Amino acid sequence: MEVGMLPISASKRGKLLAAGYTTLHSISRASPSHLATDIGVSEDEACEILKYASQTSALDPSIGSSNASTLEGGQTAWTMLNEEKFATRITTSCADLDNILGGGITCKEVTELGGVPGIGKTQIGIQLAVNVQIPPEYGGLGGKAIYIDTEGSFMVERVLQIAEACIEDMSEYSHHFHNTVQDCEVKLHPNGILENIFYFRVCSYTEQIALVNYLDKFIEEHKDVKIIILDSVTFHFRQDFDDMALRTRLLSEMALKLMKLARKFCLAVVLLNQVTTKYIEGSYQLTLALGDSWSHSCTNRIVLFWNGDERHAYIDKSPSLKSASAAYSVTTRGIRNSNSSCKRIKMV
Amino acid sequence: MANKLIKQMALPNSIANIFTARNIITAKDALSLTEFELMELLDVGMAEVKSAMAHISEVVCPPCQTALLLMEQRVRNETSAGHLPTRLRGLDEALCGGIPFGVVTELVGPAGIGKTQFCLKLSLLASLPENCGGLDGRVIYIDVESKFSSRRLIEIGIESFPEIFLKKGMAQEMAGRIVILRPTSLSEFTESLHHVQVSLLQKQVKLLVIDSMAALVLGEHDCGASRQQALGWHVSFIKSLAEFSRIPIVVTNQVRSQIGDEPLTYSFQARSHSIKKEDPAAYDSHLVAALGVNWAHAVTIRLVLEARSGQRFMKLAKSPISPPLAFPFNITSSGLVLLDDDGIEMKGSEINTIHCQGQNALFNSEW
Repeated sequence: MEVGMLPISASKRGKLLAAGYTTLHSISRASPSHLATDIGVSEDEACEILKYASQTSALDPSIGSSNASTLEGGQTAWTMLNEEKFATRITTSCADLDNILGGGITCKEVTELGGVPGIGKTQIGIQLAVNVQIPPEYGGLGGKAIYIDTEGSFMVERVLQIAEACIEDMSEYSHHFHNTVQDCEVKLHPNGILENIFYFRVCSYTEQIALVNYLDKFIEEHKDVKIIILDSVTFHFRQDFDDMALRTRLLSEMALKLMKLARKFCLAVVLLNQVTTKYIEGSYQLTLALGDSWSHSCTNRIVLFWNGDERHAYIDKSPSLKSASAAYSVTTRGIRNSNSSCKRIKMV
Repeated sequence: MANKLIKQMALPNSIANIFTARNIITAKDALSLTEFELMELLDVGMAEVKSAMAHISEVVCPPCQTALLLMEQRVRNETSAGHLPTRLRGLDEALCGGIPFGVVTELVGPAGIGKTQFCLKLSLLASLPENCGGLDGRVIYIDVESKFSSRRLIEIGIESFPEIFLKKGMAQEMAGRIVILRPTSLSEFTESLHHVQVSLLQKQVKLLVIDSMAALVLGEHDCGASRQQALGWHVSFIKSLAEFSRIPIVVTNQVRSQIGDEPLTYSFQARSHSIKKEDPAAYDSHLVAALGVNWAHAVTIRLVLEARSGQRFMKLAKSPISPPLAFPFNITSSGLVLLDDDGIEMKGSEINTIHCQGQNALFNSEW
């Protein structure tokens, strides 16, 4: 029923049907006062219903009220191509990892990173929170970061170490490419980098959901935020959740909201996930936590794992990137290339 | 935060009344439903639901800080910028000062390796006055396996800090700051945790030691799923205790042998069939930490204590602030002593493995 498409309460819908309005066309032909008396609501409410009806009919060409060539709210694939080509990316400071990611973590998309404890998820999160602040003169975004900590693994001493190393790398880079002394000066200070990381400590899944709801307003007020890191999305949803179906619904809603935020404000969303064991094909295997339904929620999914003595990242799922794995290492300066002899990227 | 009442949130009366009528009293009730479900339940339009939820979310949401603010607070208010120095120079340097405040540090290793000894030393260090490098506070020691020995504690104190402990009455005062709880079951432990929470607010407790976590949980449940659930609540509670009171919490864990000697892999990894099946010594000493992968994710710092060819090692298996170092150590009359302060850097996942070889050789050490 077309009336079922309107975002109004069930009782109003019931009244419309009872009064004989089954199609949007019939509603849009009525005047507000007429509608109000017919179904027994106030005139303001009737105006609201008419507004919804006209919006909905504009989107659906089968109702046939408008004959515009593009649908309201849609984009052609050609315009999107230009956007995708110039989509901004945030470097991970590891060239191999950046290569398989097509340049770095993409803005306007939700990327999930998962792995065993100690593999470096928080390290990559902190590195990205620092790298998003690299000024545009050095190829970065010059933006700020939001770090949502659900496990208490955000250690300020480590952020300071990584920030100092990043600034040192930038001055070294400018020494190579600039001759005059003024150009060499990097205007960033480690404390400045720490100041641009907004930190939220979340202690329950209720706070986590509330925070994701609030981020829309927060980012309106802080438009230069370019990355949101959630470390980790799993922790609170793993403890004491009896109703698994509810958990799936809440997680999907949260993922949708994050995707909307990513697209609306052109920022990157990085979710860190934990692992669990699953019995597949006769043996126990490692898999990312939160279940099968969650695995559909993120745009890109990267699994971090140990390959012999090296840390590797594998692109498990991505609509635009090829499945490949690359090695990286965690050093005192942050995430860097792994310096082993067999560094070629493995195409899987 | 989650249990805030909706009627205290200054929502417009009309919508607040509808929430109450549908039995949605706390913020948690409201946030545990998706917006669509709320729309159906409350019989209001989507726009109204969205604005009510935005308001509730803003109230419940945690406050915003910057990383700079966090660092400045810690440097200003806390000893050693939020660390408990362990007096083991190599370890303190690797951990940027010592055992960090506000997070859970785990000590895992086979029996007899020195976990309880280390815990005793840490309890002593926390009770020392600040001019001696301690935290000048009380210690709560939850001793599940009845391993706490006051005599050994005093011995460590006298050997390590003779100038303090040989003074009249000091030994009594230092030992008097350490409170020992001995829960015998998981429910008693849960009760003790609630008492601990209360005393954290009232008294000057600066360190909580739980020796050992594994003994509590493994004794109780036989089925894996119910054990995970029981542990889940305790994990969150202990972590939040650490955070809100900004104290270090040290937990010890046991080891168990691994089922099969192949490490778990992901579905996309090719099974490497060339595992060292020819090495018979690898079979006996394949140990892993108890309590599972969920617990391993929850602890922030994991120190693995192991024995290899008769020498004991302390490895920094999981730490967001340190490189993967292994320090050889011995146990003497004054507690743990590192033999090498620079540590040996371990490559790859070797930092996580736990060995227990050369047990007999351990008995030839000094203590």
